[in-house]
Amino acid sequence: MGRLLLICRLAVGDVRHRPTSAVLLVLAIVTAATTLTLGLALAGTSNQPYQQTRALTAGPDVVADTGPGLGPPGATGGPPANVPALTALTHASGVVAHSGPYPYTFATLLTDGHEAAAQVEGRDQAAAPVDQPKLTQGRWVRPGEVVLERSFADELGVGAGSQVTLNGRSFRVAGVAVTAASDLSNPQICFSRCDLTISELGNPGLVWTTRADAVSLATAAEPLSYTLNLKLADPADASAYANAYYSTSASAPGLEPWESIAWGTGSQIRSEQFLLLIGSWLLGLLAVASVAVLVGGRMAEQTRRVGLLKAVGSTPGLIAVVLLAEHLVLAVVAAAVGLLIGWLVAPLLTSPGAALLGSAGAPPVTVTTIAIVVGVALAVAAVATLVPAIRAARTSTVGALADSARPPRRRARVIAVSARLPVPLLFGLRVAARRPRRVVLNTLSIAVSVSGIVAVLMVHAHFDAAARANAGLASPQDGRLSQVVTVISVALVVLAAVNVILLTWATVLDARRTSALARALGATPQQVAAGLSAAQVLPALVGALLGIPGGIGLIAAVNRDGKHMTLPPLWWLVATVLGTVAAVAAITVVPAWLGTRRPAGEVLQSELA
Amino acid sequence: MSETVIQTRRLSKAFGRGEGLVRAVDEVDLAVCTGETVAVMGPSGCGKSTLLHMLGGLERPSAGEIVLAGNRLDQMGERALARLRRTAIGFVFQAFHLIDELTARENVELPALLAGRSPRTAKGQAADLLERVGLADRATFLPAALSGGQRQRVAIARALSNDPLVVLADEPTGNLDSAATLEVLRLFDRLHEAGQTLVIVTHDPRVAATADRLISMRDGAFVDETRMTGGTRGNLGALAGLEG
Repeated sequence: MGRLLLICRLAVGDVRHRPTSAVLLVLAIVTAATTLTLGLALAGTSNQPYQQTRALTAGPDVVADTGPGLGPPGATGGPPANVPALTALTHASGVVAHSGPYPYTFATLLTDGHEAAAQVEGRDQAAAPVDQPKLTQGRWVRPGEVVLERSFADELGVGAGSQVTLNGRSFRVAGVAVTAASDLSNPQICFSRCDLTISELGNPGLVWTTRADAVSLATAAEPLSYTLNLKLADPADASAYANAYYSTSASAPGLEPWESIAWGTGSQIRSEQFLLLIGSWLLGLLAVASVAVLVGGRMAEQTRRVGLLKAVGSTPGLIAVVLLAEHLVLAVVAAAVGLLIGWLVAPLLTSPGAALLGSAGAPPVTVTTIAIVVGVALAVAAVATLVPAIRAARTSTVGALADSARPPRRRARVIAVSARLPVPLLFGLRVAARRPRRVVLNTLSIAVSVSGIVAVLMVHAHFDAAARANAGLASPQDGRLSQVVTVISVALVVLAAVNVILLTWATVLDARRTSALARALGATPQQVAAGLSAAQVLPALVGALLGIPGGIGLIAAVNRDGKHMTLPPLWWLVATVLGTVAAVAAITVVPAWLGTRRPAGEVLQSELA
Repeated sequence: MSETVIQTRRLSKAFGRGEGLVRAVDEVDLAVCTGETVAVMGPSGCGKSTLLHMLGGLERPSAGEIVLAGNRLDQMGERALARLRRTAIGFVFQAFHLIDELTARENVELPALLAGRSPRTAKGQAADLLERVGLADRATFLPAALSGGQRQRVAIARALSNDPLVVLADEPTGNLDSAATLEVLRLFDRLHEAGQTLVIVTHDPRVAATADRLISMRDGAFVDETRMTGGTRGNLGALAGLEG
């Protein structure tokens, strides 16, 4: 009990004594914990919005579909759609209601210079017993009017009362609605210089018209197809039903159970979860680097206290526990904050988009999620703290009481090579070589950040390539995923910048006597500051270069099918390396300059104290 | 008539303000001639080190003038001061201030490299200087492997690296035992014979006894000045009370 009290008292006392480094330590772990919470929480997101939409629109359990067969090569039309086969499904066992078959065709929609492919479905003016789209604006279809699916309308920027053309014919937008019968929730829009065929326009959006208008829009190139919505006695039988009536015959209808449609509507959240999990591991690695630097600094400041504790009889084991306990408690606090922020932010990412009604609400933060996040936070703190804690525990009592600095490493080759370099590089290289572990930490920190940035660039390059392939089309999903990767890359860059500042400051403090001596021997403050900055820039350059294969490898590792493997242009990668080096140089200037502000004589004199 | 290398007029340095104001150096006038060895002696905290740091441009005076080889140090920018420290001043510190991970030779090379000399020139020069201070056989040793006296002799070799007009020594024997103190004093004696200007700050009367001129300092001001006409030639150990 006494020991526990002592450990608590010492840990609390140290946190109160150095609040800034404690806050920074917590912030570093919070960033990683939040991202990890988001990634894990999204995995448990229920598809509640789809279920709500299904209930409000009398969504079908199975959607059957048939289109015209393929004609002979070179001919414009094949055999017409097999509507009798579709209708026969309504008499199948287990079917309790249906709507349709409804005719549909594909047409080019044009509004305000924007162009998109539209799946135009002809509906009755009366409400359907199955799949009656829920209006969120305006009213249902009448002749000469259309109703647009909500995500399509939002992306086009139109609403009730707007005018659109379909295959050149003008229609008034009567309303906007949502449906659970289709996962056409990612329509692609061409925003400028569009003169594309329907197939070039990519993912279509959904438009409802009257049956007569849909039929009239069919062309030889885009003949009529038909869709049928079926309600089963037991919705759980939907997949079994679809399998039972599946046929490989070209004229047989296609069948899609509601579970498959629901899965399609969840693709955005799955993509976001995938990106967040990658981001959380990268941020976790950066957090290890941050915590290692902070803990290293705190340990260096605690040398004398370790000596005192040993002098009054503490065992090395107790010393290690005292040092570990403080950081582990801070890690638990950080994990709790990260879980809370992740839980609060997750609903922003689980927004179902315009295609569905309702919201997913706050995703469940399960016991597993809590265990993983707390476990990772503790692991981050333990990994970063263990080595310095053991080292401190092993320090001789007399040495610790004397508070002598850890002797720097000698690197004869670096010393010889640096003698040929200009003064700032000479100084920078020698300062860096004194603490090789710090250089490795700096290099890895930058390598992890640049890996993340390169991965983000590859995702963007993939979007760009897809957009180019689709003649400059944009989709709402691409926009949201782009936002997620941008947020992750900003978090990576911020944490890396914090790391660089912490490492620079640790270097400034560690090299204060050497810096003062260099000034006493005739180096200018500018040369010394440039040298301290160079000590960070040189590892950053290596880290940035390592980050390029790192980022490519990261995407390759998580995309074994090569689906998102689009290499960014070379100049993006060159700019990333140069930009990283320039950014590191810029953010190290201030701490390096501050390190040379104190008069050299005062610093050298204080070494005697 | 010897030329004046360093001259100060009403040189002052104050720390703090109001009731907490401390006058570390208070209107000090000093002139040091070429080849002269001047010892500034006084108790701890009397302002000796602060005076020395101002003479070497490591600290800025609060008031007064410092002229070194015709240059007004108190009016110089940091860059010009750094250039002057590279070319005209050599420092010797009580705590040696050798860089732990550099060998004796590499420590001595450092000022020459900072002055832009080629590595080959710096290396040759360092070897000569270590020979001069009697440590040629310790050139590849790290400071941790040298005795206190040897470390201070390396520091003195480093101070001589750029052939300075003046060597400023701050308690150069403060961390040394008697034998090592004698080693260092002999070295200073040889430098003095070679015409090197030396300003030594010390609270050790044995060191002060070896100077041409002894200035006593108390509470930031000079209180006494003695010209040591006997010199140190020949019987330095006995003079300093380090030999029988």
